[in-house]
Amino acid sequence: MRRTLVILATLAIIAAGCSSSGSGSLTLYSGRSEDLIQPVIDAFTEDTGISVTVKYAGSADLAATLVEEGDASPADLFFAQDPASLGTVTLAGLFDTLPSDILSQVPSRFSDDAGTWVGTSGRARVVVYDTTKLSPSDMPLTEDGFTSDAWRGRVGIAPTNGSFLAFVAAKILIDGEDATRTWLEGMAANDAPRYPKNSPIVAAVNAGEIDAGLVNHYYLLQALAENPDELGANFFFTVPTAGSLVMPAGIGVLASSDNKAEALQFVEWLLNTDSQRYFADETFEYPLVPGVDANPILPPIDTIPTPDINLSDLAGALDTATDLVAEAGLL
Amino acid sequence: MTSGRTVVEFGDLSTSTRHVNDPLRSARRSAPWWLWAGALAIVLPLGVSIVALTLRVFGATDAAWSTLFSPRTLGLLWRSFLLTSLVTVAATAVGVAGAWIITRTDLRFRRFWGVAFALPLVIPSYVIAMVLISASGPRGLIAQLSGTGLPSMSGLFGAWLALTLSTYPFVYLITAAAMQRTDPALEEAARGLGASPMRVFRTVTLPQLRAPVGAGALLAALYTLSDFGAVSLMRFDAFTRVIYAQYSGRLDRTPAIVLSIVLILVAGVIIWAEHRTRGRGTVFSNTPNRRHSMYRLSGWKRAGSIGGLAAVVTIGTVLPISVLIAWIVRGVINDAAASIPWNAVGGSLAAATAAAVIAMVFTIPIVILSVRFASRATMLLERSVFVMFSLPHITIAIAVVAFTVTWARPVYQTIGVLVVVYASMFIAQSVSAAKAALLQVDPKVEDASRSLGRGPFATMMRVTVPLMSKGLLAGGALVFVTTLKELPVTLLLSPPGFSTLAVRTWAAADELLYTRAAVAALILIAMSVLPVYYLSIRPREAS
Repeated sequence: MRRTLVILATLAIIAAGCSSSGSGSLTLYSGRSEDLIQPVIDAFTEDTGISVTVKYAGSADLAATLVEEGDASPADLFFAQDPASLGTVTLAGLFDTLPSDILSQVPSRFSDDAGTWVGTSGRARVVVYDTTKLSPSDMPLTEDGFTSDAWRGRVGIAPTNGSFLAFVAAKILIDGEDATRTWLEGMAANDAPRYPKNSPIVAAVNAGEIDAGLVNHYYLLQALAENPDELGANFFFTVPTAGSLVMPAGIGVLASSDNKAEALQFVEWLLNTDSQRYFADETFEYPLVPGVDANPILPPIDTIPTPDINLSDLAGALDTATDLVAEAGLL
Repeated sequence: MTSGRTVVEFGDLSTSTRHVNDPLRSARRSAPWWLWAGALAIVLPLGVSIVALTLRVFGATDAAWSTLFSPRTLGLLWRSFLLTSLVTVAATAVGVAGAWIITRTDLRFRRFWGVAFALPLVIPSYVIAMVLISASGPRGLIAQLSGTGLPSMSGLFGAWLALTLSTYPFVYLITAAAMQRTDPALEEAARGLGASPMRVFRTVTLPQLRAPVGAGALLAALYTLSDFGAVSLMRFDAFTRVIYAQYSGRLDRTPAIVLSIVLILVAGVIIWAEHRTRGRGTVFSNTPNRRHSMYRLSGWKRAGSIGGLAAVVTIGTVLPISVLIAWIVRGVINDAAASIPWNAVGGSLAAATAAAVIAMVFTIPIVILSVRFASRATMLLERSVFVMFSLPHITIAIAVVAFTVTWARPVYQTIGVLVVVYASMFIAQSVSAAKAALLQVDPKVEDASRSLGRGPFATMMRVTVPLMSKGLLAGGALVFVTTLKELPVTLLLSPPGFSTLAVRTWAAADELLYTRAAVAALILIAMSVLPVYYLSIRPREAS
């Protein structure tokens, strides 16, 4: 018994020692997943010799962590899936301002007004639908149509998910609080099936469990790459609405960083042609730097109707969005 | 409750009143200070972090209070309670029946059944849910293979099934271990007096197992209460859902904190209820290593037992592993990239081993205090251990981040803190298992050691710990496998660069990269097979 304990303890200490990392490198908090992003980071390290230690978690979780950490954060950079998480860190005053030669590489609507973060790739809100049950001509003009009786119980949503809440925040900015409340109540009254996040909705559409769902566009393409026989397809609304909003993933440098020069080098790296190409080809997102084309299976980004809102305001509307979703009984 | 009365009678065989002449208590001694020091060392850091978090209630905003008192929140509380009750009942029934068939009958391939039956324990509950969902439904795997699909799995039934599969191994493992330890003499006597096997089981075996079965059921209930992954994938509205939603949906942390406190209170009620119904079902065995005679299964009973085991193993073990393998095969056919995530393998192995060792070491003082020096203080100690197990992991993560970043900056986001948090949040499992073992050790043995001149520490190391070592190691193995599965705390507290297989599985599945998710999940399951093998069928000690 005691010998077993000693052996186990020794093993544990050795193992713990092996897994501790070195210092003097960039530390990145990434709300984007390791599966999608690590290859870009590896390429950066190979090219520059700067090693990057990454903490992967949900974007909203990491934003909250950064707010808790304040000036003491070990992070040099925060790479997030959505403008709401980035805006949370901006509101807490934790980001540095990025130099204009970085900000100018990306259309201004995909970066923060104050220049605290820059968009790196775009993802569109879409309707994923089952091609055996629906065709594009069946779709309503905007997401508002899904509250009608014909769609009862057919359209999946992910009300607790960060990207859905960001979409609701955007809808508040576009249509106003009252219209958003009415829409959420309508979806609740229509028994919209509720999922924890985007990917189970896409899986449920592919599995024939629900007819459609409100998601980000690239999950389906990821699923098709794994299994080309899936029966889902993406529908993009043809009028400007929150349901077709392109929201960027983006990155900012923390004011508390001691490695700002290297951190900026990393931001530059995400905007270079190779990285933008990678986002287009491998993660099926929209590259944001002009000159790099999106994946040909996607409609070009400038054909997607753009509602007139400022993405920097998104984080400010997030608490109201959560309140409305809760009041509608969707949480 | 006939069995309840029987329990009391067993207790009454050796004593009449509780604390004064408690047969389990150390004879008229007070606890050595170092037992308390050891126990508090593991309970206090996390305990203080959580208390510090709860103090933020005083700064709670209107949003927090209006969320708490909304009819919907109360409705969700009721639904969580309903799910927890249904899962606990089913998990207890499956776990006890399985333990009896596997440890007490002349079942063939006992080792195989022992491991296969315990295996769902090592599969994260969100993976079980994901697999059940992907196998059922009109285009699910079962429909593809057989032509006729099951209805889609969701709601109360889906959540109940996934969580029953995830939690019955707690009951099974702890009960099976206890069944092997009980004194065969009583059962033999009952059988000799002409009682039927069913009657022996009901009136002799089961009452002796009241404590371990209760401990397993308690773990199952608390696990269910704190689960988020399975209930959210099954789209069952449970209380944890509001906590996660409030946490991820707003910067204001107070609604999530206030709701977490409600969950702490509910867990407190469950722990209290388990304690009230437990009774004193313990009989010391002077010949604990004697073999039980195996009950001979014949005819329909054999068919029924094997059929029942096979059904549970098929849904809980074979199905998940088959689906994971099917995903990998499909990925290979379609050229999906997947390789073995060595970094995560190392991270998982290191963290889970360290957490298990720490938990086992600190379980010793907690269990000795609660059994040999039972008092109000030790009861509080033991309950706080279970409360820590019942908290939603996101609450623990927020509490520890907030506490270490403010008060323990040098250790913030270090692997040391991560491992200690794992150990303290899961120590309830090793406490349960070790306590069940110690309850069956007669303190006279320790008193003999003391009277022969050994000091209290030497007695603990040479006598008490070896006698409860089976329970302790079983508990350590439980901590090992639950640490392997852990997600929210790992995500928030792990140092940059640190990864685990659970994180890899979850992250890949989140991107619908099923091939990679399946590779990581299968390695995780493979890593857990050895401890589970050890847990379920252990060689008898040749004492």
